[in-house]
Amino acid sequence: MLLRHTTKEVKERSALTINPAKTCQPIGALYAALGIHRCLPHSHGSQGCCAYHRSALTRHYKEPVMAATSSFTEGASVFGGQSNLLQAINNIFSVYEPDVIAVHTTCLSETIGDDITQIIAAAKDKKFIPEGKYVIHCNTPSYVGSHVTGFSNMVKGMVSYFAQSGPQTKTINIIPGWVEPSDMREIKRICKMMGIKIILFPDTSDVLDCPQTGTFEFYPKGGTTIDELKLTGRSQMTLALGRVASLAAARELDAKYKVPCETLELPIGLRATDRFVDMLRRTARVDVPASLEDERGRLMDIITDMHQYFYGKRVALWGDPDQLVAITEFLVDLDMRPVYIVTGTPGKKFLSRIEKVLQGKVPEAKVKEGACADMFLMHQWIKQEKVDLLIGNTYGKYISRDEDIPLLRFGFPILDRVGHSYFPSVGYSGAMRLLEKILGLLMDRQDRDAKEESFELVM
Amino acid sequence: MAHQSDPLKIKEQLIQKYPTRVARKRAQQIVVNNVGENQAVPEIMANVRTTPGIITQRGCTYAGCKGVVLGPTRDIVNITHGPIGCGFYSWLTRRNQTRPTSDEDHNFMPYCFSTDMQEDQIIFGGEKKLRQAIQEAYDTLKPKAIAVFSTCPVGLIGDDVHAVCRDMKEKLGINVFGFSCEGYKGVSQSAGHHIANNQLFKHVIGRNDTVNPHPFKICMLGEYNIGGDAFVIDDILEKCGIKMIATFSGNSTIEKFENAHTADLNCVMCHRSINYVADMIEKKYGVPWIKVNFIGADSTTKSLRKIAAYFDNAELTERVEKVITEEMKAVSVVRKDVKSRCKGKLAMLFVGGSRAHHYQDLFNEIGMKTVAAGYEFAHRDDYEGRKVLPTIQVDADSRNIEELTVTADPENYHPRKTGEELKKLNDEGLEVKGYDGMMPQMDNQTLVIDDISQHETEMLLEIYKPAVFCAGIKEKFTVQKSGVPCLQLHSYDYGGPFAGFKGAINFYKTIDRIVNTHIWSYVKAPWRVNAQPLLEAELVETN
Repeated sequence: MLLRHTTKEVKERSALTINPAKTCQPIGALYAALGIHRCLPHSHGSQGCCAYHRSALTRHYKEPVMAATSSFTEGASVFGGQSNLLQAINNIFSVYEPDVIAVHTTCLSETIGDDITQIIAAAKDKKFIPEGKYVIHCNTPSYVGSHVTGFSNMVKGMVSYFAQSGPQTKTINIIPGWVEPSDMREIKRICKMMGIKIILFPDTSDVLDCPQTGTFEFYPKGGTTIDELKLTGRSQMTLALGRVASLAAARELDAKYKVPCETLELPIGLRATDRFVDMLRRTARVDVPASLEDERGRLMDIITDMHQYFYGKRVALWGDPDQLVAITEFLVDLDMRPVYIVTGTPGKKFLSRIEKVLQGKVPEAKVKEGACADMFLMHQWIKQEKVDLLIGNTYGKYISRDEDIPLLRFGFPILDRVGHSYFPSVGYSGAMRLLEKILGLLMDRQDRDAKEESFELVM
Repeated sequence: MAHQSDPLKIKEQLIQKYPTRVARKRAQQIVVNNVGENQAVPEIMANVRTTPGIITQRGCTYAGCKGVVLGPTRDIVNITHGPIGCGFYSWLTRRNQTRPTSDEDHNFMPYCFSTDMQEDQIIFGGEKKLRQAIQEAYDTLKPKAIAVFSTCPVGLIGDDVHAVCRDMKEKLGINVFGFSCEGYKGVSQSAGHHIANNQLFKHVIGRNDTVNPHPFKICMLGEYNIGGDAFVIDDILEKCGIKMIATFSGNSTIEKFENAHTADLNCVMCHRSINYVADMIEKKYGVPWIKVNFIGADSTTKSLRKIAAYFDNAELTERVEKVITEEMKAVSVVRKDVKSRCKGKLAMLFVGGSRAHHYQDLFNEIGMKTVAAGYEFAHRDDYEGRKVLPTIQVDADSRNIEELTVTADPENYHPRKTGEELKKLNDEGLEVKGYDGMMPQMDNQTLVIDDISQHETEMLLEIYKPAVFCAGIKEKFTVQKSGVPCLQLHSYDYGGPFAGFKGAINFYKTIDRIVNTHIWSYVKAPWRVNAQPLLEAELVETN
């Protein structure tokens, strides 16, 4: 057994997290910043933070992940990191020539209390920031929230630094939340099908899913441009997908530029996609094209054809709040039973959101968020009463193997499979992909476990 | 060919774009190799701060301590004291294999333990939460030992992790010890290695004096069992009749560490990460150490012969020679075959604190030439050899790391060899406490680059177009996107083992696959190769 010390019996823990279902803020800020065109993310802290975040994202995407660091040593930790950041800004613009440096903090620089706004002002005074180039920042103390909070903070930072006022346009801002480049590409595709002009930010498609051409592009062609980010203040509306990852930036646009915002759950699954498409339809006053309705119809076709395989299956899930709420609703809609749901990202609102999507249909469900809401606890619940399917990141493969339960890789990080960066899980086609994967896992299991006489040719 | 052009000019190209101060510093960290008499090589600047903003391969002290040295030990509950990230990122990501001896044997390696520090603790202190976390770890898991690793904010807010550990050790009756390995200490992972070595020596090594009666007992130091390397080495040594008491720290247990000082000889693989323990054991217990390298079949042969020479026992020597002969049969066949396809191709290695050196041996064995190499976090002695140790200036960053004062143990100091015996070994070519470093083994006119930057990496790839570039996960795909295959030498691209004879065969085949595949020839679409203009015209007679 790999997880041989995990017992069925649960002992109350208040201080020790075991096998976390979250990581820290800065990696989210780094990921979001990669979704700005020609931006170099910068980690203001020790070298290790930047190395760890780049490694984790690289393992997940199998792509170059560029970022710089202030390389703190003990001196910087005592005297403050201003001189390190100033040097870094000067060196980065000289050597790596980005259009934007997006600085995020770390627990180290936050504990010291470095004032990044002031340091950026000092860099301007020293003429370290070339004409037409930018340094933006957000605060990402690792001891608050989770990686999703860091993503949210950086997206808000994009608005704070770039959005400008002006005459209103018909454009809709869409903040996609912490989803994959494939998902961002899919959101753009759906909007294009509907003939709607959007600004999607951040946008990591064509950044973290780049083609192999034999030429390394330090700044790939993707990413939301600075001009687009400036225009977000003039759009007719902002659609925030997933409140934990996206609401802060949308509210900032509302408060500062009177761009009204609507929050939707991530368009993962049938009905969440319906609401997304309907919202776009009503806001932009367009008809839903037949081709998109066909996609919905094909998804419905799988659901109705294959319902017997979904019905009643017990599922354990862990990951990030926005993803968990959306996929839980989808599972309930399929008549599956999401029974254990865990996120390390703190926030009581999560519980009411989950309660809402469970629709009272899974009374046995156990849900936990925040402190000590970890994969160890979830595994203990599974040991008490088994499930048919696991849905979560790659760390679930240890539980999957020990308990002999199939695992659908979903969320962050996925370290041992490819596909998530290329094939979406949002939209109708994303939902079809999820169903294909779920069915594959459940049916492979049935095939493996069937007696010879009941081994089915047709399923 | 590009690699025949003047390396001094290439060096200039590498630093051309840097601001003056950066260029001046990098110029001292980029050296054109030139091996003179007595293996004298040019001085290289190493183990110095990375310039902020210059994209580096390096990580932090915590990574070197918790990730590298203590990570591979299976039966210690390693609690990261800090916000969640550090524990999360060092959770199972280094591929240290371990093999519990039974279903009951403890194995905490698939687990991540953290105090998940919150704002409250940053403001009011985290000692209380740490104490509680250690208690909960004990209650839930009943381990033999618990270790605590400090992350950046812990040092700043002044938590006394060592006091908490002392208290809890007394309360729980198991070994509990801490590491002040805050990420900002030192200039790279290297400081973390040193801190790990110190604490292992203070709190673990020497707690069990039981002496195994085996006549040839050794410890392997600085072998972390990535991809199963330590398993291969264990197998070879067992065949030879040599008893491995403990490995630091691949496939290890705390009990093995506690007993490590009873060995007859310490063999050092990764000099950078573990030489401190080797030195301290020698001083306190009288166990000499020698540098070995089990990466490469010829290096393995050489290392086995060194061990046999040390024990100076005819029977052992004979057995070792027999194993070498047997194993080399298969090695030679594959080597010859692979060499016929790889000979003359270029390799570059930028990784770690010993791997960039060790793996050159493997490339040599199949006729490939290392044109540029460098370490991520090594010191001058790893480049130039331990002979330069007395001339290394200790700067402020290194002075921060505690240097333990070690003296001979009044009861347990037993010199395994007399001064005369050691001198004799030295005279016969078996250098005790010796390491020549990487540069004396590299060709003249090759480039040696410490702490290579992303910018320099890109330039090198463009200038040399090597057949393979060896580095880590962060570099892997930037290299490959340039059309050059990259082999990760931290994780072995999830392959390996590469140690010993079997590992050498595996490595030859891996490199053969990497440098001789046809897949790269399809990168350009057919209409992009010798592209013809689409415009068609007809030749019309004009006169």
